[in-house]
Amino acid sequence: MPPAERPMTPLTLSAYTLVTANGRGVNAVTHALRERRSGLKPCNFEDASLKTYIGRVEGLEDFSLEDGVERFDCRNNRLAWLGLQQDGFTVAVAEAKQRYGADRIAVVMGTSTSGILETERAYRNRDPQTGALPGWFTSRYRYTHNMFSLGHFVRSCLGLRGPALVLSTACSSSAKVFATAARYIQAGLCDAAIVGGVDSLCLTTLYGFSSLQLLSAQPCRPCDEDRDGLSLGEAAGYALLEASDRVRRKGAVALLGYGESTDGFHMSHPHPEGTGAIRAIRQSLDRAGLSPFDIDYINLHGTATRANDAVEDKVVCDIFGATIAVSSTKGWTGHTLGAAGITEALIAALCLKQGFVPGTLNCERVDPTLRSHVLRENQTRPVRRVLSNIFGFGGNNCSLVLGVL
Amino acid sequence: MRVGILGVGLLSAGLEGWAKGRQVLAGTRPFHPTAPPEPDAALLPANERRRSSNSVRWAVHVAEEAIRQSELSPQNVATVFASSGGEMDVLDKLCRALATTERVVSPTLFHQSVHNTAAGYWGIATSCQQSSTALSCYDDSCAAGLLEAVTYAAIEECPVLFVAYDIPAPDPLNKARLVTSAFATALVLTVASSDRLPASMDVKLVSSDHGNTTEMPDADLEQLRLDNPSARLLPVLRALARRDTETIHMNLLDDQRLLVEVES
Repeated sequence: MPPAERPMTPLTLSAYTLVTANGRGVNAVTHALRERRSGLKPCNFEDASLKTYIGRVEGLEDFSLEDGVERFDCRNNRLAWLGLQQDGFTVAVAEAKQRYGADRIAVVMGTSTSGILETERAYRNRDPQTGALPGWFTSRYRYTHNMFSLGHFVRSCLGLRGPALVLSTACSSSAKVFATAARYIQAGLCDAAIVGGVDSLCLTTLYGFSSLQLLSAQPCRPCDEDRDGLSLGEAAGYALLEASDRVRRKGAVALLGYGESTDGFHMSHPHPEGTGAIRAIRQSLDRAGLSPFDIDYINLHGTATRANDAVEDKVVCDIFGATIAVSSTKGWTGHTLGAAGITEALIAALCLKQGFVPGTLNCERVDPTLRSHVLRENQTRPVRRVLSNIFGFGGNNCSLVLGVL
Repeated sequence: MRVGILGVGLLSAGLEGWAKGRQVLAGTRPFHPTAPPEPDAALLPANERRRSSNSVRWAVHVAEEAIRQSELSPQNVATVFASSGGEMDVLDKLCRALATTERVVSPTLFHQSVHNTAAGYWGIATSCQQSSTALSCYDDSCAAGLLEAVTYAAIEECPVLFVAYDIPAPDPLNKARLVTSAFATALVLTVASSDRLPASMDVKLVSSDHGNTTEMPDADLEQLRLDNPSARLLPVLRALARRDTETIHMNLLDDQRLLVEVES
């Protein structure tokens, strides 16, 4: 039997911040969305010789981690650090620490590849005689590549002492952090949670998606009739979640519902009927106590692969019909994999706060076989409730409903 | 949070299956870890089993054992898979391939490299569409996974399969993360009340002031507990095996403890 659904107590996003290829902080991201400036550029990552576009965050090579966190230094944690510095996020966390105590704030992070770039480099620098990995790598594996590195780093930077973990379910990782945090708050394991996700460019994902023939040679074109694959990106995003009955603020953005499911079908192809995705979306609506008609806009997973966009279109039409406005924002950011959940949840927050809906950048002609109402152009209008979909490898799905209190 | 325990899976050298392992842990049978066992993972279709990594087979093997005891349909059971390093074997192969000039990566190897590979294979083999989570908390992955699983069962009122697994990394990656013995274990947890509940546990999160981490009295089993992050569950499994009422302290990030009160 599926679990009995009931509306959850909304969780306020008291503070949030986002770094993508479009810039550092929510203002930079908002301007790029409004001005329809893509962050995708021809791939110039390391010496990768792939004909593709990437959403690369500028400046990660220009500094290293210092001041007691040197051991965490790697591209993923530099991006994590850059994210923490924006939008007054650390100040908001310090205030929450005053209110609740450091041991009452959880850290729930998502990533898919963590600091694997360090391991890739270490393998290129094996001892020619013994095949041993260099000492600079083996002594710091725990703080760089291990999947928990990001959680450890963020918890250390913020001086928190509550429960902490890293969820790694491929692309759905940093969407599912909202669900875990909601349960921890409801169970009384903590009073607030830092949720977020960081994923950074590496050869593993560039050559891996290339091997699956899923990389477009152009900037990705979600929902376009000629779409031919995705563009990879990198991002860091965080939100401070608190129970809305403790910090009720009219007009604040809140998580209203979440839904989690799997396809139980294939590791890298979506279920052709999207039954798992339907389950996640329905659960998220049920938990929010909302009907499909209450949603104003859907931020699609919209990766621009042939398969994803077709199945997602079918799923959305089955539940919402063909009139609701939908779009994908991956034309701005690229697919940020384990950071896609937080990136798109925070883009949804920006739509709610500022009253606009992004169109689908790079979609020149909507695929005529898609039935849903795919927006190409941005709209300026009040938005009260947004659904954000994330579907990933292992058939792992998560849908979030965000709204204005 | 109190949950019932409907099934247990266990696999390690000297602890081959719960039927044998519980006797060893209860002290009625000696602990003789010899050669590492070969997991069946019979649930995986033959071609998937052949292609799957060692860690996937270990995880699926114990998951299957626990689910069989629970008599639940796996389609109705959500999953939480905890592992410190996940697919170390696959990551080694990938990084070797990426260190060559050709950088030819096999698509199968790539999709098997994600941390939720074992969770994904389990879901595909059982056609399960329930929520599935894969997580890490380095040395405390098992405690963090148990907390995640118990919280899920309690809040969502849905049975949960909890699997913890860590397999030794191949050379040279094992120098970065030394685990010498493979270990996998699984529990099926539920909040549904039932007369036939074999055991239950009450799980609380407390500060480390509450006392030291519970160790294994047997020196060899204690060595196993310390060697493999997933073997941190051994004191809980021992209490279950002894049909004891006992409170186990599991370390969580040094400043916290998971207090697990086992009633069996």
